[in-house]
This record gives sequence, structure tokens and C-alpha cells, in this order.
Amino acid sequence: MQSLVSITDFSKEDILRALERAAEFEANPNQPLLDGKVVATLFFEPSTRTRLSFETAISRLGGRIIGFSDASNTSISKGETLKDTIMMVANYADLIVMRHPLEGAARYAAEISRVPIINAGDGANQHPTQTLLDLYSIQKTQGTLHGLNIAMVGDLKYGRTVHSLLQAMSLFDTRFSFIAPQELAMPQEYKQLLESRSVAYEEHTELAEHIGEADIIYMTRVQRERFLDPMEYERVKNVYVLHNKMLQNTKPNVKILHPLPRVNEISTDVDSNPKAYYFAQAGNGVFARMSVICKLLNY
Amino acid sequence: MKEEKHLKVSAIKNGTVIDHIPAGSLFKVVEILALNRCKSQLTLGNNLESKLLGAKAIIKVADRFFADDEMNRIALVAPQAKFNIIKDYEVMEKRMVELPDTIVGIAKCMNPMCVTNHQPIPTKFSVVSKKDVLLQCCYCDKITDQEHLIILKSG
Ligand SMILES: [Zn+2]
Repeated sequence: MQSLVSITDFSKEDILRALERAAEFEANPNQPLLDGKVVATLFFEPSTRTRLSFETAISRLGGRIIGFSDASNTSISKGETLKDTIMMVANYADLIVMRHPLEGAARYAAEISRVPIINAGDGANQHPTQTLLDLYSIQKTQGTLHGLNIAMVGDLKYGRTVHSLLQAMSLFDTRFSFIAPQELAMPQEYKQLLESRSVAYEEHTELAEHIGEADIIYMTRVQRERFLDPMEYERVKNVYVLHNKMLQNTKPNVKILHPLPRVNEISTDVDSNPKAYYFAQAGNGVFARMSVICKLLNY
Repeated sequence: MKEEKHLKVSAIKNGTVIDHIPAGSLFKVVEILALNRCKSQLTLGNNLESKLLGAKAIIKVADRFFADDEMNRIALVAPQAKFNIIKDYEVMEKRMVELPDTIVGIAKCMNPMCVTNHQPIPTKFSVVSKKDVLLQCCYCDKITDQEHLIILKSG
């Protein structure tokens, strides 16, 4: 029995197969493979966007949904342990999708559950189906995952989506550009991972000059609360904002991705540029999630 | 002149003498090996002179022998500890401790948002470095280093 807690639970072959499958679901979204199956969506912490994406995926597969969207109205708020909740629900459902505010909660659940677990986010730790939808979006827009130049912009220190994407894309001879303020630079451990896999990367602090070679520009939000020094935030907050005019000398195939929600790091004048892909990217999440669900249930 | 009284603890007939414990780690070792619940004769010495450690602690426990994995549990707090196995007043065997590849319980994950710090879940780590101890949490993946190592109270 396989669970998906971290993107590293999937091999390169697993990833490629899952993306192929996602494309099949996009071509033909209504496939009642889960007829008669029950999937639990346990949102110990609310996330409407992620929950709706999963519930759409389950519905398109013909499965039934049980669960909760907010733990505050359940026995968990009365002190029921995570273990007891998982043990109970694992007796009802064929698969559990869970989001939890604590890091490692999904790994623990996968250890004790008799049915597969999909991690829909454990605090600031992992969110592997986000990574799969990012990979799917990259493959769909570029035709391949191999040999691409990916610029990652903004908060590269705390941004879990960029870390997971880096781990996965480093399997496909990617060249990375990290564009971030010093305080939010890519952590050493991830740079070491790239070095151990002989993957090339550059680091920059300026956005405009360093996106000309990119095939993918992956934007993230620079949050005020990440800065120890509020002056430093004021200094950099407008440096990592993408404007339409900055895209003039970029490659014709470049696509702009963002895990959403966006605040102001992508100017709204970019939205109508065909290089903007972030809304379509979110839509791909349903197909990526359908693919993961079927893989874990061996369909 | 005052008559010197010697406590009769210097030698044990059968049991284990744990030597080369850093002075600061004595009570952690007692905890980890659950010697606070041990019913047999137990002698603790602390802040003793040591060429190796500066100040060391020593534990003598009668009629108690430890399995390898039990001994290795203290490697986190007493990496140079030596277990002397005593039979009939003779040292039959000396065993050095070795840090195991995985550690269950014992240490606390330093990530305040880790599930093990909020739920009744035993911690579990992979030992990614033995020399300068680095423990990677099997749940949240974060690294706990020697400087931030906190030993959990045993049940
Ligand atoms: Zn942890």
C-alpha cells in the first residue's frame, strides 16, 4: 500500500506515469473508476481551494465523499487525538485525503492507517499534489520536463512549493535560477541536493535582468512576517513584483506559474498576457489529483 | 583523629558499571535506562575526576545487565560511555556504546510545529550524522542538532 505524503515518495517513473494519467483525465474527465468507493477528506485546517479541487477530482471519478472542512465543529476540538480520528475514518473510507496544521501529521497518519493517505498539506512542510500539478503544468506548456530553465522568484526560504518542485525537477536535468532577497534565499540543504545531483543553478537578487532565459518563471509571495527587520521588507517588497513590461524580452514559450493565492507579486497587467498561466495551472490540479487517487487505489 | 567510614559501594558482585558518562549527563542516562525504577542496589557518582572527560559520572547497578540496543540508547548523551559487565567481582566484558541508525523516543524534535510535540506520538529519527550528532525527524523531516538536543522524560 502506497501513500503520498511527500513528492519524494514517488520515483521519477511514478511521476511520469502520474502525469501521463493526468493527461488522460484531462482528455476524458468523467471516468467512474471509483464507483462504490468512499474517500474521506479530513481538513483539520480549512483550505477551501485545495478541498474543492480534491472533491471535484473524487466526484469526477464517481466516488463518494465523507469528511469535514474545519475541525472546530468535530470531536477533535474536544481533544480527540489524531490517531483516534485516523483509526476511525480508516474503517469507513477506502482512501484518506488530509490537511493538518502540524508538520509530520500526514506521515504519522500514513504509518498507522490501513488505507492510503494523500497529504493535502501538513503545516509548512509538504503539499505533494501541488507539486504534481506544477509538474503537469510545466510538461503541458513546454511539451517536456527535460532540459528546462526554471526561474524561482520571491520567498525561496520558506516556500514549500518551490522546495518540492526543486526536488522533483532536479530529476530532469533542469537549470535553476533563484531570484530572491538575501534574507529569503534558497536554503543550503537544497543547493547541496542540486550539487549532489550535478544540477546547475544561479543565484540573483534582481528580477528583471534574470528572466530572459527562463522557460518557466515560478513566482511566490514575499510575506512581511518572514522578515526580522521590517525595514528590509520595505526595501525589497516591490523588487520581486512581476510587471507586464518585464516580459517583453523573455522567451516566446515562457510561462508564469504561481501556487496562488496571489497578493501583489504579479501585477494584474500580466493576467491577459498569454505567458500568464497561473489560473490554468490551478485548473490542472483536478486532473493531477484524479491521477494520484487512482494510482494509490491501484486503478 | 576521626575514624574514616567507607561506604560499601565500591565493588559489586554481579551487575554493570557504566563509566565515562559526562558529568552533565548522569541523570539523563538514569532516565533513558529507567534506573529510577530499578529495585536493585544502585550507586551514582557524579563530578568525579576524569582525564578523558574533565568531570565524569559513574553508575553501578547490581544484578542488572543491558542488551546492546539498551546500551546504545545512551549514546546520544554519553557517546564515550563504557559498560563494564561484572560477574563475581571480575570485569567479564567491556562494551562501548554506538549511536544507532534510528532513534525511537529519547529525544525531542526541535521543530515546535512538529506533530510529535503536540500529539501523544513517540518521536522517531534517522541519525544522519553520528560525529556531530544530527537527527532527522521521520515525521516532519526537520533536523535536530546536538546544540538543540533535548532528552525526553521517560514514561
Ligand atoms: Zn519533527
